[in-house]
Amino acid sequence: MNTSRVFAFKPMKSLLTTKCSRAAITSGLRRLACTPSSCPRVCIVGGGPAGFYTAQHILKAHPAIQVDIYERLPIPYGLVRFGVAPDHPEVKNVINTFTQTAQHERCSYHGNVSVGKDVSVEELRQAYHAVVLSYGAEVNRTLGVPGENLAGVYSAKDFVGWYNGVPCNKDLKPDLSGETAVILGQGNVALDVARILLSPHDILTNTDITQPSLEALANSRVRRVLIVGRRGPLQVACTIKEIREMVNLTGTRPDMLSADFKGIAEVLKDLPRPRKRLTELMMKAVQATPAGDGLTSRQWGFRFLRSPVEVLPSPDLTRTAGIRLGVNRLEGSGDGARAVPTGETEDIECEMVISSIGYQSLPIDPAVPFDPRKAIIPNAMGRVLQATGLYCSGWIKRGPTGVIGTTMNDSFDTARALIQDIETGVLDISTVKPGSQTVTPLLQKRGVNPVSFSDWEKIDVEEMKRGTVVGKPREKLLDVTEMLKTAHS
Amino acid sequence: MFKASSRTDLANMARCVHLQSLLSSLASRALVSLSPGVQAGLCLPRVPDSLHSRGFSLCHILGSSSKGSSRPEDNVIVHFVNEDGVRTTTSVTEGVSLLNVVINKKIDISGFGACDGTLACSTCHLIFEENIFEKMEPMVDEEVDMLDLAYGLTKTSRLGCQVCVRKWMDGMTVQVPKLIKIENTASTGNQ
Ligand SMILES: Cc1cc2nc3c(=O)[nH]c(=O)nc-3n(C[C@H](O)[C@H](O)[C@H](O)COP(=O)(O)OP(=O)(O)OC[C@H]3O[C@@H](n4cnc5c(N)ncnc54)[C@H](O)[C@@H]3O)c2cc1C
Ligand SMILES: NC(=O)c1ccc[n+]([C@@H]2O[C@H](COP(=O)([O-])OP(=O)(O)OC[C@H]3O[C@@H](n4cnc5c(N)ncnc54)[C@H](OP(=O)(O)O)[C@@H]3O)[C@@H](O)[C@H]2O)c1
Ligand code: FES
Repeated sequence: MNTSRVFAFKPMKSLLTTKCSRAAITSGLRRLACTPSSCPRVCIVGGGPAGFYTAQHILKAHPAIQVDIYERLPIPYGLVRFGVAPDHPEVKNVINTFTQTAQHERCSYHGNVSVGKDVSVEELRQAYHAVVLSYGAEVNRTLGVPGENLAGVYSAKDFVGWYNGVPCNKDLKPDLSGETAVILGQGNVALDVARILLSPHDILTNTDITQPSLEALANSRVRRVLIVGRRGPLQVACTIKEIREMVNLTGTRPDMLSADFKGIAEVLKDLPRPRKRLTELMMKAVQATPAGDGLTSRQWGFRFLRSPVEVLPSPDLTRTAGIRLGVNRLEGSGDGARAVPTGETEDIECEMVISSIGYQSLPIDPAVPFDPRKAIIPNAMGRVLQATGLYCSGWIKRGPTGVIGTTMNDSFDTARALIQDIETGVLDISTVKPGSQTVTPLLQKRGVNPVSFSDWEKIDVEEMKRGTVVGKPREKLLDVTEMLKTAHS
Repeated sequence: MFKASSRTDLANMARCVHLQSLLSSLASRALVSLSPGVQAGLCLPRVPDSLHSRGFSLCHILGSSSKGSSRPEDNVIVHFVNEDGVRTTTSVTEGVSLLNVVINKKIDISGFGACDGTLACSTCHLIFEENIFEKMEPMVDEEVDMLDLAYGLTKTSRLGCQVCVRKWMDGMTVQVPKLIKIENTASTGNQ
């Protein structure tokens, strides 16, 4: 793409074209080119990967922009802290780069500020030259089937939030007393949940999993996890690394149905490499499935071409006793194949159902355009349609799919678009904008006490201290009030 | 989270981690003592067992240069072409991983090496010249697993954090995939 070639490597040009910088240009190219009060100001809504990567690229590509990040929770990093599985600490290494961004001299972090509630997007637009919305996807898609609200049915979002310490999920207390759990959906979140449910205790003990969930999982009676997809083996949404982890998980064995893979061997050779290797690995797991149905060890397996029809209640109607699945056939082939119901159904006994069919974004403020069908902010390359000065990045821009690397690339794209708009004059930065100078007093007036990055570091230190006591990298604080108390201590 | 003062420190720690994984496969764990900095690190990665058994990180012993007393020479020339087509030529020490080269030499590649070389991100994707690619050691499954998620995948792609510079690579050019417009749809998510 040409934009970055033109803009990212010509900071000189941006110096010349921004009004505020002209006065200071004599004092060297790389120096801050304007007085802090007259700099271009950008604010970012959401302190997850999208927010941090957008900030990172803006700071790198422009020598003068001041970036403020507003985050609803006192704690930064979004799903890197609250989504990424506790047994994947290496994925969380991205936090090192985010920390550097937060500590950049032209960046400041304002946690505990819920945009849309504590401050409106319109107020932010008045205080900043540009506003980037990077607030992710906060709810889960719902199944829309009878029985969805029975005890024993959980959304993967809440279940993940429970073991990862999302404050509003701390009291979930999932009932782990049953033998079989059915997970609906075959994405990576489904596999994370399956792995956490079946991992031997000692794999989790020295991770940052929350202590209450660690203890609950230690007493879990779940032995069998079925991961159910509405389409076939060639359409699974998860990636190979996650399947390999299941295959290699100590103390578990696969429980797959060889009939599901009939005819697959013949089409393997025509598949692109990623899909081919992933399918081959699943077929290896089929071969590793022992005959018979004894529950000798913990087991996991995929079930295909099945859509949820109804969660079946126990005789006293109080809790989950099973799930009725509609049998599908595929129409078309490859990634685009569609599941079509055959009209047949099949029941599986299970005491727990976890729905992992994806996350979903919500509108943040009536003043911001929102596409209710795609559940994203309508945009072109991160420029919010019909709203000059508004941008978006991450899951709110693309929808709730993609790994951190995908989010990184699309956030860089949004940052490039924003810088380009400054360069071309589409984004007017000639007026002085006050930035947090007006927003902070506004928040204080409304009784909101923001958490700065150094405040967050106090929480960080406290969590690591508590972790040391129990042999973990950290013990997460689970309560916002306690987080705030620690931050402002 | 552990803190390191800079990316360079992180790179050095990551390298020590590789060293650790190698040493622990050569000698018994009990004999190995690590520097406190390494022990304190959050990012002790789970370098896959298959990497251990292949002695994959041997190069890192040769390459653990930056804090040692005798610093090996930078004697291999590598040309980098970044995502914008900008070319940088650098002279590097044999044995260092290409991730560490990018960090230590401050090569300008946006977002490179997000997971600090722990095979968890594929942002260190590099494209090699065919004649170089053919001579490299085969990839282990775990590298291909992550590589398959990289965008702009080619037949001569590798993950830079898993490739150590060798003398015979002198003069090679490695290329970052060109920027491509990411479509604004929700359906292409996993790539
Ligand atoms: C369970 C799970 C596990 C995952 N594991 C991996 C993995 O192992 N590897 C990988 O590469 N990817 C993983 N991903 C994907 C990765 O997390 C996403 O690609 C990425 O987090 C999306 O970034 P984002 O910033 O758009 O959203 P988020 O990470 O959700 O960040 C959005 C931020 O905005 C804040 N916010 C929301 N509303 C407001 C508001 N009104 N005002 C202010 N702030 C607000 C939120 O609190 C949050 O901090 C996982 C995803 C999930 C769901
Ligand atoms: N380790 C990691 O790298 C990691 C870990 C967790 C998450 N992530 C990433 O985060 C993103 C989100 O993950 P995710 O698992 O929530 O989403 P996802 O990958 O989009 O998977 C969603 C699953 O739900 C199914 N589904 C959707 N709607 C359904 C319906 N109405 N009925 C039945 N099934 C339905 C989908 O099937 P269809 O395919 O038929 O639509 C798919 O199997 C993904 O891109 C993922 O890769 C990565
Ligand atoms: S740096 Fe993450 S895989 Fe190489």
